[in-house]
Amino acid sequence: MKIKKNIALSDTGFVFNPSTGDSFSVNPIGLEILRKLKDNEPHEKIKKHLLDSYSTDADSVEKDFYDFTKMLEQLQLTEADAK
Amino acid sequence: MSSVSPCDIYIMKKLQYERPLIQRLNTGLMNKFGMRTEYAPVSHIDDVSVKKLLADFGSPLFVISEKTIRNTYKEVNRAFKTRYPKVQFAWSYKTNYINAVCNVFHQEGSWGEVVSGFEYQKAIQNGVPGNKVIFNGPDKTDEDLTAAIKNNSPIHIDHLDELYRLTELAEELKARPNVAIRVNMDTGIYPIWDRFGFNYENGQAWDAINKIILADKLELIGLHCHIGTFMLSPSAYGIAAGKMSDLALGIKRKFKRDIQYIDMGGGFASKNTLKGSYLQGADSNPNFDQFAEAITTAILNAGFGKDELPLLILETGRALIDEAGFLLGTVISNKRLSDGRRATIMDFGVNIMFTSFWYDHKISPAQEFSNYTEDCVLYGPLCMNIDVIRENVTLPPLKKDDQVVVHNVGAYNMTQWMQFISLRPAVVMIDIQSKPHLIRKRETLSSIESSEVMPEYLAKFKL
Repeated sequence: MKIKKNIALSDTGFVFNPSTGDSFSVNPIGLEILRKLKDNEPHEKIKKHLLDSYSTDADSVEKDFYDFTKMLEQLQLTEADAK
Repeated sequence: MSSVSPCDIYIMKKLQYERPLIQRLNTGLMNKFGMRTEYAPVSHIDDVSVKKLLADFGSPLFVISEKTIRNTYKEVNRAFKTRYPKVQFAWSYKTNYINAVCNVFHQEGSWGEVVSGFEYQKAIQNGVPGNKVIFNGPDKTDEDLTAAIKNNSPIHIDHLDELYRLTELAEELKARPNVAIRVNMDTGIYPIWDRFGFNYENGQAWDAINKIILADKLELIGLHCHIGTFMLSPSAYGIAAGKMSDLALGIKRKFKRDIQYIDMGGGFASKNTLKGSYLQGADSNPNFDQFAEAITTAILNAGFGKDELPLLILETGRALIDEAGFLLGTVISNKRLSDGRRATIMDFGVNIMFTSFWYDHKISPAQEFSNYTEDCVLYGPLCMNIDVIRENVTLPPLKKDDQVVVHNVGAYNMTQWMQFISLRPAVVMIDIQSKPHLIRKRETLSSIESSEVMPEYLAKFKL
């Protein structure tokens, strides 16, 4: 999956989709993931980064990353053909 | 000095994890007070750690704060006794009849108020003197009535069939039972609660009074009403107290008899928030002073002589115990619903939290979070679609095994709960020295099966 190129991210976690006018807020870890997705980092690399950086476990990262990316799709922040 | 291993340093360097969240920002949906967000953690109840309570007694767990009960009782007592010279509270057993809870109220001076034979036995076994157990309710068996007559308990007559049967029993037992009649009336609150007792406006109440006094088999000592539940309008109590006083004064005029007490029943709203309310109950519901002012003003202005004022009895239940009750629980899982909403499944459901059908209960996390929140639906663990604790609540990103505290659950949950699908949890009371006491054990399979009987021919089978 790829994040739409025109999605704007602020340093404070404000997300703006200029195509639809929708705006969103993300928490710091969500912003970190969004930035990496926008830089086209592979999912596995992002998950490893989370596991290395945060006091959590692989299952939680896997589950939450899946949930978060599904939400990005549902909120139309990803490229349409990205699946 | 303790040594720190490289491994410890590595762990310390890791950041605290929080589930990634993204939330659409909507405009135009908030009211002027904003959306209420519950992210202030409640990690302790009366200085006892929530985490330790759950570790010691299991999850879910009901917790009662004895300090809150006693403080609330003092508050209501002050509100009424500073306005009226003769006030008596009677603890409503149906609101919470765990014996330890009842006895806190009895220690504070409350009589007992019961609505069934089972509750009556509980009050007597708790040591409440018979003449201080008020017997309400539409269903009193001959056995119940006989016990109440022998114990000299005030019997509140609900209907004519009860009046006739009680008169017969009085003759059989050669006793003169102390009775009151239950009166219903129009207090400006609709629909009128006219199912309990005899109606004031259409003359039923006077018919019952005439029958009792003219038959001269029962001693009419009081008048009782119960005008509604979770009442948000103190003025309705003022109207009711005025009509009850009018009846009492009418009896005095007609029969030259003093009514010993006026019992205004219960129904005061607690601080919970009714579903659909615009404002939070804690901010908008009337306080004890408002109810007390309405009731006592009406009686004091009704025209009683200085020495003729009747005893004012109050059977307030919900407003005295709701805030003292907490339900502690644990997150089982998170999932997404088809429309993208977050759903969080808790280990407690509507089977033990009946009041979630009525209220939007305040729910707090029991551990620290950042101030990022997410709208979610809170479900219970039952395999039933109706098992919804909150349809919409804004909470921090709870994860599996996180703990929460549900507030204001002291009333009706520990009496209306059921062992549907899962068993009922333990109840702990935290005393005023902040020491927890187990006051009801967690149910086990044998708690349920001890009442079952297996016919011999069904005892065995082969598969």
